[in-house]
Amino acid sequence: MAYTPHTDADHARMLGAIGVASIEDLFADIPPAVRATRFALPAPMAEQEVRGELSRIAARNAVPRVSFLGAGAYRHLVPAVVEEVIGRSEFATAYTPYQPEVSQGTLQSIYEFQSLICELTGMEVASASHYDGATAAAEAALMACRLTRRDRIAISSAVHPQVRAVIRTYCSGPGIEVIEVPADLAEGGSGLTPVEAAASVLTDEVACLVAQQPNFFGGIEPMAELAEAAHAVGAQLVAHVEPTSLAVLAAPGDHGADIVTAEGQPLGIPLSYGGPYVGLMAARMASVRQMPGRLVGATRDAQGRRGYVLTLQAREQHIRREKAASNICTNQALCALAATAYLSAVGPQGLREVAELSMAQTRHTATALEEAGLAERRFGAPYFAEVAMRVPHAARRHAELAAQGIVAGYVLERDYPELGDTLLLAATELTSDEEIASLVEALEATR
Amino acid sequence: MLPEDLRYSKEHEWVRVDGDQATIGITKFAADELGDIVFVELPEVGATLSQFATFGVVESVKAVSDLYAPVSGEVVAVNDALRDSPELMNSDPFGEGWIARVRVSDPGELGGLLDAGAYGELIGS
Repeated sequence: MAYTPHTDADHARMLGAIGVASIEDLFADIPPAVRATRFALPAPMAEQEVRGELSRIAARNAVPRVSFLGAGAYRHLVPAVVEEVIGRSEFATAYTPYQPEVSQGTLQSIYEFQSLICELTGMEVASASHYDGATAAAEAALMACRLTRRDRIAISSAVHPQVRAVIRTYCSGPGIEVIEVPADLAEGGSGLTPVEAAASVLTDEVACLVAQQPNFFGGIEPMAELAEAAHAVGAQLVAHVEPTSLAVLAAPGDHGADIVTAEGQPLGIPLSYGGPYVGLMAARMASVRQMPGRLVGATRDAQGRRGYVLTLQAREQHIRREKAASNICTNQALCALAATAYLSAVGPQGLREVAELSMAQTRHTATALEEAGLAERRFGAPYFAEVAMRVPHAARRHAELAAQGIVAGYVLERDYPELGDTLLLAATELTSDEEIASLVEALEATR
Repeated sequence: MLPEDLRYSKEHEWVRVDGDQATIGITKFAADELGDIVFVELPEVGATLSQFATFGVVESVKAVSDLYAPVSGEVVAVNDALRDSPELMNSDPFGEGWIARVRVSDPGELGGLLDAGAYGELIGS
């Protein structure tokens, strides 16, 4: 494709057409005081000097020796085939092509991604992906408001604090009221969202209830009952889930979820200090016209051959402009492709093994700490692969262990003042028995 | 040929008045311009429409357009057949392709709409 910059004559014609004398005049509204005039850039460097400088900066990243940190992002084995597939030049772009039907391979990969997400969630239609789990959840909340024509949402306080923060941000623009349902965090409590507490805020003015499964503390929420409470007032249940857990837990589509969202990072995407990740969203076919983002459909071409298209584009911003289902989303094609390659590589049995091993090692971690008299479980409810443990002087000891290269999970007091001296610990199939022993030993030494 | 017994809006909706009720649809001109219609978002029965405000969406293979209420009133019926057969709006826009029926709240509004002659002039027929 030829790229021909505008000539001076082109500039003069365009400026003439809009009645502006010079390009500088286009910036007249920006006060001189706030204009950037000088940039504090270092002197030019040779390539090897740049490499040296970047390596020096990169070396400052703290890579823990042992980590029990989860809290929304999880360390799993990424089979080598995932990187091989996403590294292919045909795929190595993170963006939707602008002439999509020309790129049948990209559309096919997205179609397969959508099919896998539907299978995993038990839902009827999945989008081509979103920025991350939090933005997918926020889009789902807005979608529920459009579907129900209501402007209030309820969200459990056991939903990831950052997901709640993003939902609040998304709701602040359109003026959607966010009501929080307090989880049972009392001493001896379940750590779950009480169905009665949810029911008490659900009225016929509430568009949806957002609940997380497993919840932020790893607990298994009563999703079917929460769905029932939401449906009783004509509200939707938005289930924000962890994808590997779907290999062992009931599919959200089977317990009444209307919209399912997830952070897709555990599916073959490295932790990478927080991103890029990928948001998953799935819904019922009846709601498809209010779904945000891109959708790939399968069809037949003029010769009857199978082909893929971007479908239902009338929901999207390039056609619907300000009335689009969303003007603040795109898909994460490369990360979605990684998830597709991952799910294809591990298969249903492999994903189940990942979930079961993660559960087993998390239980091993909790038991080892309890048996050493170092910690006790904070909540009573069944949990998946993450567990909240009461540890005396948690914040101090967490910092001391971090200095030794051991991340003892997440300090819950940061987000929940009532959960002092509580660490949220996650283990996966990559957590070795030796790592668990070293956590116990290091905690023992900081008593 | 534009039915003489209808009133028309500049947004290409038609109104057929029958007592205190009015049936609303889009004109053949609008349907032809849109092309093959594939989906109609209908208002809910009981909803209140305001004249010239949007009350639904019509989606064709090439465009999406808002539906603008030609008269104010409460929706008493919608054409459920359009959910499965939106193409009725193309094949019979002034008949089977009707969209909704409303109880007119301000008959005076009808005077501000176009007759067949004026609408025909608008669309250059």
